[in-house]
Amino acid sequence: MTTHTSQKNTEDAKKMLVDYLQRVDQLKAKDRTLIPPQEMQLLDPELRSHTLDEVAIGFTADQARIEALRCLQCIKKTCVEDCPVSIDIPGFIHHIATGEFENAASVIRQTSLLPSICGRVCPQETQCQAHCTVGRALKDVDKSVAIGRLERFVADWERINGKVKEPEVKPETGKRVAVVGSGPSGLVVAADCRRQGHHVTIFEAFHKLGGVLRYGIPEFRLPNEIIDREIETLRRMGVEFQTNFVVGRTRKLVDLIEKDHFDAVFVGTGAGLPFFMGIEGENLIGVFSANEYLTRANLMHANETGKADTPMFPSKHVAVLGGGNVAMDAARMALRLGAEKVMVIYRRTENEMPARKEEVRHAKEEGVEFRFLENVKRILGNEKKWVQSVECITCELGEPDASGRRRPIEVPGSNFLINVDTVIVAVGNGSNPLISQTTPDMQVNKRGNIIVDEMQKTSIDRIFAGGDIVLGAATVILAMGEGRRAAAAINKMLADEIQREHAT
Amino acid sequence: MKVMAPLIAEERQPGQFIILQTESEYGERIPLTIADADRKEGSITLIFQVVGKTTAQLAQFEAGDDLPAVVGPLGKPTHIQHYGHVVCTGGGIGIAPLYPIAQALKQAGNRITIILGARSKELIILEEEMQAIADECIICTDDGSYGRHAMVTEPLKEQCEKADKPAMVIAIGPPMMMKACAETTKPYGVFTQVSLNTIMVDGTGMCGGCRVNVGNEVKFVCVDGPEFDGHLVDFDNMIARLHAYSDIEKNKYKCFVEEGWKEKMVSQ
Repeated sequence: MTTHTSQKNTEDAKKMLVDYLQRVDQLKAKDRTLIPPQEMQLLDPELRSHTLDEVAIGFTADQARIEALRCLQCIKKTCVEDCPVSIDIPGFIHHIATGEFENAASVIRQTSLLPSICGRVCPQETQCQAHCTVGRALKDVDKSVAIGRLERFVADWERINGKVKEPEVKPETGKRVAVVGSGPSGLVVAADCRRQGHHVTIFEAFHKLGGVLRYGIPEFRLPNEIIDREIETLRRMGVEFQTNFVVGRTRKLVDLIEKDHFDAVFVGTGAGLPFFMGIEGENLIGVFSANEYLTRANLMHANETGKADTPMFPSKHVAVLGGGNVAMDAARMALRLGAEKVMVIYRRTENEMPARKEEVRHAKEEGVEFRFLENVKRILGNEKKWVQSVECITCELGEPDASGRRRPIEVPGSNFLINVDTVIVAVGNGSNPLISQTTPDMQVNKRGNIIVDEMQKTSIDRIFAGGDIVLGAATVILAMGEGRRAAAAINKMLADEIQREHAT
Repeated sequence: MKVMAPLIAEERQPGQFIILQTESEYGERIPLTIADADRKEGSITLIFQVVGKTTAQLAQFEAGDDLPAVVGPLGKPTHIQHYGHVVCTGGGIGIAPLYPIAQALKQAGNRITIILGARSKELIILEEEMQAIADECIICTDDGSYGRHAMVTEPLKEQCEKADKPAMVIAIGPPMMMKACAETTKPYGVFTQVSLNTIMVDGTGMCGGCRVNVGNEVKFVCVDGPEFDGHLVDFDNMIARLHAYSDIEKNKYKCFVEEGWKEKMVSQ
């Protein structure tokens, strides 16, 4: 396997580690900041742009220990403050530095249930790593301690070495919790409620579990095997799964309580309806929402043309509209499905792009082209109504808008055409209307997101909600954070009830 | 085909559909309308035409076999109320989803005229059931092998020309037929509701693959539909989109027929 890190680098890392360990007691903060940040091994860009194999290979054990030695073990843990699930970051990193990986894993497991997923998809550079003292000292957030990569290293080490321990489950309470949706927030609620001894059933609309982790985030960023393992852990804990079940349609939400006698329900149905641009030609053949494009590939395996019954559009020249992580995923997926040319068209510049820097870098390495300061005005088709080209206009940056980013201003008369056969629209999602359509008493805001209190409780008794159905399109870790809070509220509600039942 | 699905049988209402897969790992998700349901037995009835690989595979399922995935009921139910005189027009396989709607409209006290059409006599389905609920039932075939030798639009036009023109028309069938029905009723200002069967992946409002233009607005068939005002639907765009994968689908079907599904089952 060709990788960025050669054999020599691996040997260098070993020597470097031995050197640091010999004088570990004398290492001052200054010395630690001078330890070079470790580069994570990646698959060769040319090779990986044709396969779904995971792009990032991860740290070697030696690299992880060197990276861990960079941590200053600050008394005031600024990194922890910005972690939605409050992982004891210096704590687990300390164990990595000393080579006690199993201990590192148990520190993470105290607060995070899905570290192999978070280590891969969390935006650490805007959370824990944004406030790392090392990064600040070096005046570069990219030089912060690589907390996410270390988390991933520990989680992978634990899994590969068969050290994953199921969380302890308390004696059965007889209380029943329904979780609607098996995405990141739902999985966290299921685990947290099950740990307290409540019976938990997860209802999933698809035939496969994992929600956005499965249909949205591509295999090359988050392998399905990792999702399968996390779900298997829940299954072993006694969580039940019901697939092909659309709450709202197969069963009304309130019927879960009234007819099926669940004591609490958590709604984590995720983001819904994809937004389109509202421009001419968006219903031509060859225009997809990123959701559809990625779902066909990720969930339905449409890339495996010989085997899969779900067809994949044969794209040669692809325009991806948008600048977020989903746009990056769609562009990189298009390359892997055989497109010859993939362009991301974004109306601002690279600095304003909401996508993670790392994802943008990986996309560029793989050959995705970026066209900044351009906006698509309309999509043109041929007589069969198939996409033929996009009409773009050049933009300039003006004053900052409400989002704080400089507003793109179109340059009149600068219109031009780019020939493409596929357009993927990745400009965000609205809320899924199913629950609100079928649950008249559920209070939602004007965007259709469910309104909850600080304990994630909805306007209906015993029903809680979290994740993208509450937040709008957000991140996996924020969804997990909401799930954690909802589970705490559900567990408290059920514990109080049990106490009252015992008292009477 | 009867499928045991007690929860769907209990919840389903006229106008709704299901999505099923014939293989769990590599199967595609196809929407099919629910023709009937038996709550007591916990079953739903699906009537489908073999048009591609998945429906061909489905046709080979035998009593007692398990379908890997059936999910539903999806889509908004038909709004049922007393309108007065309603003309229910069904074309080919579209007669199947029309049946429960006509039934419910009849129960709501409407006078029901039913127009059934198909290419030829053997493709007219549910005739007896429809006759039983219709105040008037007109049958047409394209080849004249049964009933009137006409397209359904011919008697539909006559209905609209009558002094007591219908309060509402429901048209379900192939897209071309629904388009023609909507065009027929438009000059008479008779509200015409059509039920669209677009390509879907998830069917729960996530992928947007089923979108159609309805009165210059983008609508999602799976959560906003499947029923829309036929006078507002951009049928030409919808029909073009239905053919997005025609070549791939035809090829898959051909390979499937040549390979022989049964043999594949034995070798597994």
